Parts: sequence; structure tokens; C-alpha cells
Amino acid sequence: MKRHLISAADLSRDEAVLILDTAAELASVAGRPIRKLPTLRGMTVVNLFYEDSTRTRTSFEAAAKRLSADVINFSARGSSVAKGESLKDTALTLEAMGADAVVIRHSASGAAHRLAGWVTGSVVNAGDGTHEHPTQALLDAFTIRQCLGAPGSQAGSPAGSPGPAPARRGHGLDGVRVTIVGDVLHSRVARSNVLLLSTLGAEVTLVAPPTLMPYAVETWPCRAGYDLDSELPKTDVVMMLRVQQERMTAAYFPSVREYRRRYGLDAGRMALLPGHAIVMHPGPMNRGVEIAAEVADSPRSTVVAQVANGVTVRMAVLYLMLGGAGAAS
Amino acid sequence: MSERDGMGERGRRDGTGERDGGHRDGRNDSGNSDSGNTEWLIRGVRIAGGPAGPQGGLVADIRLAGGVIAEIGRHLSAPGARVLDAAGLVALPGLVDLHTHLREPGREDAETVETGTRAAALGGYTAVHAMANTEPVADTAGVVEQVWRLGRQAGYCDVRPVGAVTVGLAGKHLAELGAMADSAAAVRVFSDDGNCVADPLLMRRALEYVKAFDGVIAQHAQEPRLTEGAQLNEGEVASRLGLAGWPAAAEEAIIARDCLLAAHVGSRLHVCHVSTAGSVEIIRWAKSKGWQVTAEVTPHHLLLTDDLAAGYDPVFKVNPPLRTRDDVSALRQGLADGTIDCVATDHAPHPVEAKETEWAAAANGVTGLETALRVVQLAMVDTGLLDWAGVADRMSVRPAEIGRLTGHGVPLGPGGPANLTLYDPDAPEEAVDPAAHASKSRNSPFAGMALPGRVYATFLRGAATVLDGKVTR
Repeated sequence: MKRHLISAADLSRDEAVLILDTAAELASVAGRPIRKLPTLRGMTVVNLFYEDSTRTRTSFEAAAKRLSADVINFSARGSSVAKGESLKDTALTLEAMGADAVVIRHSASGAAHRLAGWVTGSVVNAGDGTHEHPTQALLDAFTIRQCLGAPGSQAGSPAGSPGPAPARRGHGLDGVRVTIVGDVLHSRVARSNVLLLSTLGAEVTLVAPPTLMPYAVETWPCRAGYDLDSELPKTDVVMMLRVQQERMTAAYFPSVREYRRRYGLDAGRMALLPGHAIVMHPGPMNRGVEIAAEVADSPRSTVVAQVANGVTVRMAVLYLMLGGAGAAS
Repeated sequence: MSERDGMGERGRRDGTGERDGGHRDGRNDSGNSDSGNTEWLIRGVRIAGGPAGPQGGLVADIRLAGGVIAEIGRHLSAPGARVLDAAGLVALPGLVDLHTHLREPGREDAETVETGTRAAALGGYTAVHAMANTEPVADTAGVVEQVWRLGRQAGYCDVRPVGAVTVGLAGKHLAELGAMADSAAAVRVFSDDGNCVADPLLMRRALEYVKAFDGVIAQHAQEPRLTEGAQLNEGEVASRLGLAGWPAAAEEAIIARDCLLAAHVGSRLHVCHVSTAGSVEIIRWAKSKGWQVTAEVTPHHLLLTDDLAAGYDPVFKVNPPLRTRDDVSALRQGLADGTIDCVATDHAPHPVEAKETEWAAAANGVTGLETALRVVQLAMVDTGLLDWAGVADRMSVRPAEIGRLTGHGVPLGPGGPANLTLYDPDAPEEAVDPAAHASKSRNSPFAGMALPGRVYATFLRGAATVLDGKVTR
């Protein structure tokens, strides 16, 4: 395992599969009466959050605590960051406090990359601007593998069904067809997923209005199109992206109503999906915009499973980064 | 001929010259000050852009006296003159920069007129145009005269202030352009650089108004709405890095508009830091119409590309942004064929803390005065696109003409001003070390890059400001 996790592109297929397998192993801990492992006892993990994201922060916090690490939450609000301290000075402060790993969420693309140049500990990117969010992609990949399995096993277990699936260990996502829908342009989740899922062998298709499709997307390891209805029947996984409030007034599309009509996933559209297909969303959802309530609450939705898997995948990342490779087996 | 035949090697410079009767200037006398009264005899130099010689390749002696070039010829003799053995060096008319940020007044932490002009002299410049985006903005006769006076005190090179087009660079009201033109600073170049004069009506009026005193509007071509929050050239790299795109069309649209306006009102337009292949095409078209449009390109846009941003190091953050390989080759071609008139550094010093940040939070700009000529050698001369006469034209003659700057940019010849640069194109490649720069700031995008060549000496009105690559005082 590399020292930092900044981009999904940092991971080889073998490394990504190792993380997923480790997560599957660790998932069993969640079912035990005492859900803590002593692996990272005495180590310090700092959650450095420049953006409010309670769900991601608590997910990392739970992951670190289940591995017995000490967790320091360092949020922009109420700290020296709010007084204008630079990222570099904050990094030096964390360094002086002996952080073994820094989990950073920041509104600027590349912030995690910069931080890694200023600290000696490991850096985990928990979302940098519109760049990447690699642990989200890992938990999405884990969820897909859990629900659909490996090649030829597309009649996988129903979405959200618990329990490990040992037969899938060691496998990637070869041949799984994933369609990512929405504001790809500004989505760190989409960038990381395109990279990671394609590394794992999945066939990724992006669907967005042309205004929200990244420039030069043809150079990415995926297909891209504008028509959701034609993609859904040949999709195993549809991943709906959140439409940020600020996009709704910035001329990317005429109105929320029109966006919903053309790119929202409602019950009618969901019916176009093959029977085994699952519906994912990184959260938080805009119900009634990109996803209708009956879809979000349907058995195909993996939203809750994604949250649960987030903790185990992040445990796996911290475990492998700080606890040493090879520990998984 | 003996000069040409006998002194091709660099090592000979130290061992010759005594026989001329004058005392010799070797490499270690850079501490000597030079008041300008000294008579100089520059021996065996290759004269670029001079009146004679194929490809400007005449090898001759140059005698400087009384602030002018007294003589050019073979085997000159000048008892009492300081002799400088210049075999293997190229003599260029002193370089002129149309686009320099000296930061004073206001941001003396980044640069002062003194440090900036010292950097300029070390880069071979004898005149620089100081951009208007200081604090306070150079939008009044008072501020431009202050900058002009600071330049005279510093004495390393002539400082020609650029006046702001609009009050406070705000793009709302014309600044008192006439007062700046009539001031002691005699401003002829006006620019809101850093900001685009985006309002088309205001741009039209500015273009028209400066005709009264033969001024020129130097436009920072950037359509503001198309570049809101823009961070890096809109292309494959920015898309992958999740950095907001700065589309080429945002530059090209303004250039096209301004060319049409300049043609309509019969005015002079100068386009700052052209960065895209499309811009070169539009300017080529405008010139083919006979319109009075000139343009500059920076050394960094002639050499560097947007993929350097992959590590999110803001030392590569500059506005307009680094573009693609195709743009670089179109810019080089445009400079070679004269579509782009000149090289201008856009030297933009920033303190360390302005660059030691996240990419989006960092300041735009790179330093360039001390590396410009070396970069031009690498990008243009060593590639065969431009000879040294061409370099003299693009880095001295043309920018002085555009700025209506007298006493500079005069091809080397008897009776001309003794403003010249001696450059050693065969100096061993050396990695750029910003810590060694005279500029107060360290934000060179060429740090660590091996560049050819070395500025050996710079003369301002017959006085050496730089000798053996070091300032003389």
C-alpha cells in the first residue's frame, strides 16, 4: 500500500482488490459483540475538514476508532483555520502533534496533494474540490461487488442484503456496466469512480447534460453520452450524482424541472433497468431532483449499504496504510 | 579576421586583450563601478541586428564613448579604454521589456523598482515598462511620475511606467490618460493588465482617445464571464485535475473584438501575453488587413505547458494559463514570422506565501526577467526559428517601437545609444536557481530547468550595469 491515498489513479488493480478484500474481512468485525480491533492503538488520525461534511467525517472517525486509533477532529470552524492560517501552517501544526495520518476534506482541488508535501504522515483525500474522493469510489466498488459479484454472476444477491460473499474475494468488477448520471463536471465522486471502476474492469458510462460534461471527457477511460433512457436498459449499476444548489442558478440547465425530466431517476425510468440492477447515490440526496423518493426508498437502492460500507472500506484503507501491507491475509 | 579565427573558445577571454594598450576586464572585476564616463572597447563580438553582415553575423569591435557607440569596426584601437574580450559573445541592442511588474508602490515585499531593475539588467534589459497594477494603481500623473523617478534613482535600467486605462483598474471610467502622457513619465502605453478592459464601449473610447498623443492600449485579453473562477487552461489536464477551465476562446473573443474596434477607429492596439494558437491566427488575419495591431508573447508561454500543473504546484499558476503543446508551437511560429511582434516577460514577482498554498488560493504570475533571453535561445534560436538578428528585433527593436521609447531598441551602429547586451549563447547549460536571482521573489517556473546561455554584460548609455554576469554595484 502506498503512503498516501490522494487519487483513485494511485491504486493498481491488485491494490484496489486488496482494499476491498480487507474491507470484507473487517466487515465481520461489525457483527461481533466488541467491534474494536487493537491494530492502530497508539496511533493518531487527524480529521482535517475544511468543508462541513458530517457524514464523511463521522465515517472516518468511526473507522479509525474501531481500529483503536486516537482521533482528533480539526475542523475549519472554531479553529485557527477560520482566522486565516494557511494550509501549510496547519500542516506543520498537525505534524508537530504527531499525526500518523491526516484525513483531509477541502474545497480546493489539489489540497490533499499539497498537504502530502508538507507532512511526514499518511494523507487520505476525503474529497478535494472538484478533483477526487477516492474512498467514496472504494466504498462504491465494494458495494457493487457485494451486490452484483464478479463476472457471470449477475444474478447477485439483492441490494442491501448483508453478509460477506467470500466467493467474490480477489475479484474485480470485470464486465460490470456502471452508468454515472448528473453533474460529472463538478463531481469528485465521478472522477474517482471512473478511474477506480475502470481499473477494476468495469465499463463506465457517463450521462450528463452537455454543460455538465467535463471538457476532453473522451480522453477518460469511459464512454459518455447525453441520453439516459437509452443507457438504462444496458446498465447493471446506475449511480445518481447530487445536483448542487449553486448549479441550479448558473445556466447549466434551464430549470430544476427540466433537469428532473431529462436526467432525474423516477420510478418510470427505474423500470427500464434490468431486474438485477442497483441504484446508488453518494448522498446527500436531493429527493425530487436527481432521484425520486420511491426510487431512493426502493429495494434496488443501496444508499444505506453504501454508508455502512463506507466505514469498513475506510477501516481497510487506514489499516493497510498504517498497519502495514500483508496484514490483511 | 584574427579575432574570429583566434578566439572561438571561451577560455581565451581571460588571456587576451592586454596588447591593445588598455587595461583588461576579465571575469573578476565586477565590483568595479562604471560611471558611464568610461570608454569601452568590446573586442571581437558578433553583432546581431547590426547594419552589416549576413544574418547579422558581423564580428567586429565596438567602441563606446560618451554614452554612444563611437565606432564599430575591425582592429579598433583605443588607448585608455577598458577592453572587454568578447569573442564568442553576441551583441544585442539593450533588451526592452514591454511588460514588467515592479510592484512598487505597494507591494515592496514582492519587488521594488530597485530589485526589479537590477533583475532586469542581469537579464540583459536596458528598459522596462512597469505595469500599472500597483497599490495605489498607476492611474494618475502622480503615481506614474513616482515610479519613473524611482527608476531613475535605481539606475540599473530605464523605467517607463505604464498607465492604467481605467480608474483603479475597475473598468468603469477612463483614467486621466492625457495627464499621464504629459507628465514627466511621458506615458505612451496604457493597460489595465491583470484585468481586461471588457466593456466594449470603454475599450473603443480608450483606443480612440490615446491617438491624440500616439499612445497604445495594451489589452489583457480575457473575457471575464467566460473565465469566472478559472484556474488552468480548459483542456484535458484541467479536466482531470478538477481545476476550473480557462478556455482559449475567452482570450480569442476579446482579441477579435479589439482588432475590429482598432480597425474601425484607426487606432493602435497591442495585445498582451498572447497564449493560444487561435489568438495567433486572429492577429495574423488582422495584420493582413493592414490594421495597427501588435502582440507580445511571454517566455513561459514559449516553453511551458499545462501538464506542469499536475502536481498542483502554484509556481506554474499564471494568467493567461500555460496552454498546450500545439499552442506553444503556434506561438513560436507566430514569433518567428513576425505575427507576434515581441517577447515580453510579464515578470510577476510574488512573495513565498502567495504561492505556498492550495492552487486555487495562489496568486497568478511568474518571474521572468533573469531568464527571458535564455528561454528565448532555447525555444527560438536553438530550434532554428529565429537568428540573433531576429532576437534583437523581437526583444529590443520592436518593443521599443511599440512603446514609442526613444533611445532604446536602436540597431547597433555608430552614433547610436550605447545600450547593449553581451550574451554568451555557448555558456554551458545551467539549472535555474531562483535563490540566486536578484529579484526579491522566487517564483520562477524554470527553477531547476537547465537553460542554455548567459548574459555576460549589459551597458546602459555606455555604462556597464552588468559585467561577467554580475551587477556592477
